Amino acid sequence: MSENAGEAGAVNTETLSNEPIIRIEGMNKWFGQFHVLRDIDLTVYRGERIVICGPSGSGKSTLIRCINRLEEHQKGAIVVQGIELTGDLKQIDNVRREVGMLFQQFNLFPHLTVLENCTLAPIWVRKTPRAEAEELAMEYLTRVKIPEQALKYPGQLSGGQQQRVAIARSLCMRPKIMLFDEPTSALDPEMIKEVLDVMVELAETEMTMLVVTHEMGFARQVAHRVIFMDEGQIIEQNEPEEFFYRPQSDRTKLFLSQILSH
Amino acid sequence: MSDIAKNPDRSFVRTENIPEAPPPISTAGVAGWMRANLFSSPANTALTLLTFYLLYLVVPPLFEWAFIDSLLEGESNKDCRGIEGACWVLIPKRFGQYIYGFYPEPERWRVNLTFILFCLNLLPVLSDRVPGRTFAALFLVFGFPIVAFVLLHGAFGLESVPTHKWGGLTLTLVFASVAILFSLPIGVLLALGRRSEMPVIRTICIAFIELWRSVPLITVLFMASFMLPLFTPEGVNANELLRALIGFIMFASAYMAEVVRGGLQALPKGQTEAAMALGLNYWKSMQLIILPQALKIVIPGIVNTFIALFKDTALVSIIGLFDLLLVARSAVTDPKWLGLEHESYIFAALIYFIFCFSMSRYSLWLERKLDTGHRN
Repeated sequence: MSENAGEAGAVNTETLSNEPIIRIEGMNKWFGQFHVLRDIDLTVYRGERIVICGPSGSGKSTLIRCINRLEEHQKGAIVVQGIELTGDLKQIDNVRREVGMLFQQFNLFPHLTVLENCTLAPIWVRKTPRAEAEELAMEYLTRVKIPEQALKYPGQLSGGQQQRVAIARSLCMRPKIMLFDEPTSALDPEMIKEVLDVMVELAETEMTMLVVTHEMGFARQVAHRVIFMDEGQIIEQNEPEEFFYRPQSDRTKLFLSQILSH
Repeated sequence: MSDIAKNPDRSFVRTENIPEAPPPISTAGVAGWMRANLFSSPANTALTLLTFYLLYLVVPPLFEWAFIDSLLEGESNKDCRGIEGACWVLIPKRFGQYIYGFYPEPERWRVNLTFILFCLNLLPVLSDRVPGRTFAALFLVFGFPIVAFVLLHGAFGLESVPTHKWGGLTLTLVFASVAILFSLPIGVLLALGRRSEMPVIRTICIAFIELWRSVPLITVLFMASFMLPLFTPEGVNANELLRALIGFIMFASAYMAEVVRGGLQALPKGQTEAAMALGLNYWKSMQLIILPQALKIVIPGIVNTFIALFKDTALVSIIGLFDLLLVARSAVTDPKWLGLEHESYIFAALIYFIFCFSMSRYSLWLERKLDTGHRN
């Protein structure tokens, strides 16, 4: 069903709420002297799905890592669910509870079983009783189609399976927002699809998603908005149809021609 | 295409599956193992034969010296005349001193009891077949030292045995176990502090580690034993054993900190990031994610430090504490046992070996048990 929607190229944006869930205003970040993010303004609405693309080093990963404060910004403001990210550790933890994140390298905890990976945060952060946390974990592991691997260790799974466990692990915290930092870039080609399928299903649950990826098919299929970044700035953003078929800036055109040429 | 037509070998389609088969007998079993490991090449064969020849030269005479031509029972070194092999006579006669030092004989049951309680406390910490690991580990550090002090030193009606009467294996074990128990947690805290983002904490930890690491252990012990009393006010005179012990713990912690830091650095940054992204705070992510993995990586280094610590306790004999080594040395200064140095030192060495070898085997077992097959 979702595939049909993708082919039609019509993601329904009309039902989208106009309640902002993330507000970024005049945000700047430097690594030492290097100006990685410059004057970023971005408002994300509840339930919105945004794909961020751009050449490597353009600051797209850094941008989403600022949203859960894995990176600190030096100027401007980031407000997530009404909480402004400052040095206040309590507030940062509160934001992180509501924001799930997926990494390129999966970052599962290798010393814990798949099930323990999923129950750890609910038990220790949300204080969920163990039995309840395990039930929840099995529910999400079933949704990512690997309930039978629950008692194995991450080292015994394939890359695609590990990334699906990572999705289940994040969902167990019942986040309001999910950040994806190139979730399929470290995967073999035959495993990319199984992860993307899970992400497409997740998109159908009205989850707010920010996805850094080069999977343009995925962008067309599920994104409400595509953002193109270069040299730490947002160069162009638009609905997928407009973005892919009528790009305005020369840099966008060059980038699209490079990644779509094969 | 024309290539393939000319050369039909280059085109191939498999039509039958090759069934699984066992390896050839010559590579499996004892014979296979010996061929692969002992006689795989002419050089290897020569080395194997040479090794067997050396073993033949050394082992049988040593065995005869220790067990066949030896004497176990006797009253003094006069009985050793005419004995070709080892003259163990002083070991059974002085056994009590090797184990307990000058601890009064009627009170020695207290040492035995302390040792048994210690082993019972250690069991759940070392093995997961016995429940209650967390509690046992906490009690080992915070509760057991008090129990041991009451039992060994005496309180609540138990006759007081001052520490200068402690000696032999008892003293060695007290020193080694206290140093091992405290150096690991302190070392972990120092290692975390050294990697802290807070400059004050980081500087203090670096200064502490570098200071203790750059001083020889003997100097630390001399300072604790002779220099410290010069600076403390009259009347305030901490126990000599305690002073040496604290110096020893500080010294060991500095080394432990660097071992643990090695483990922390070996972990990919993504582990911390994943823990943070899930909302775990610093201490929880250290406790649940980072330290279990980092400590597992450095088990060989930690146990290496433990073994070194255990043997370094022999240095306390320099400041006059009667540890196992000093007992072994002083036993043979008695005119009654003169000339039996070999036997006395070999016996002490054997005791050291038993403890160190056990630690080494335990660490190997632990490494295998904790291996979850993940390669990062």
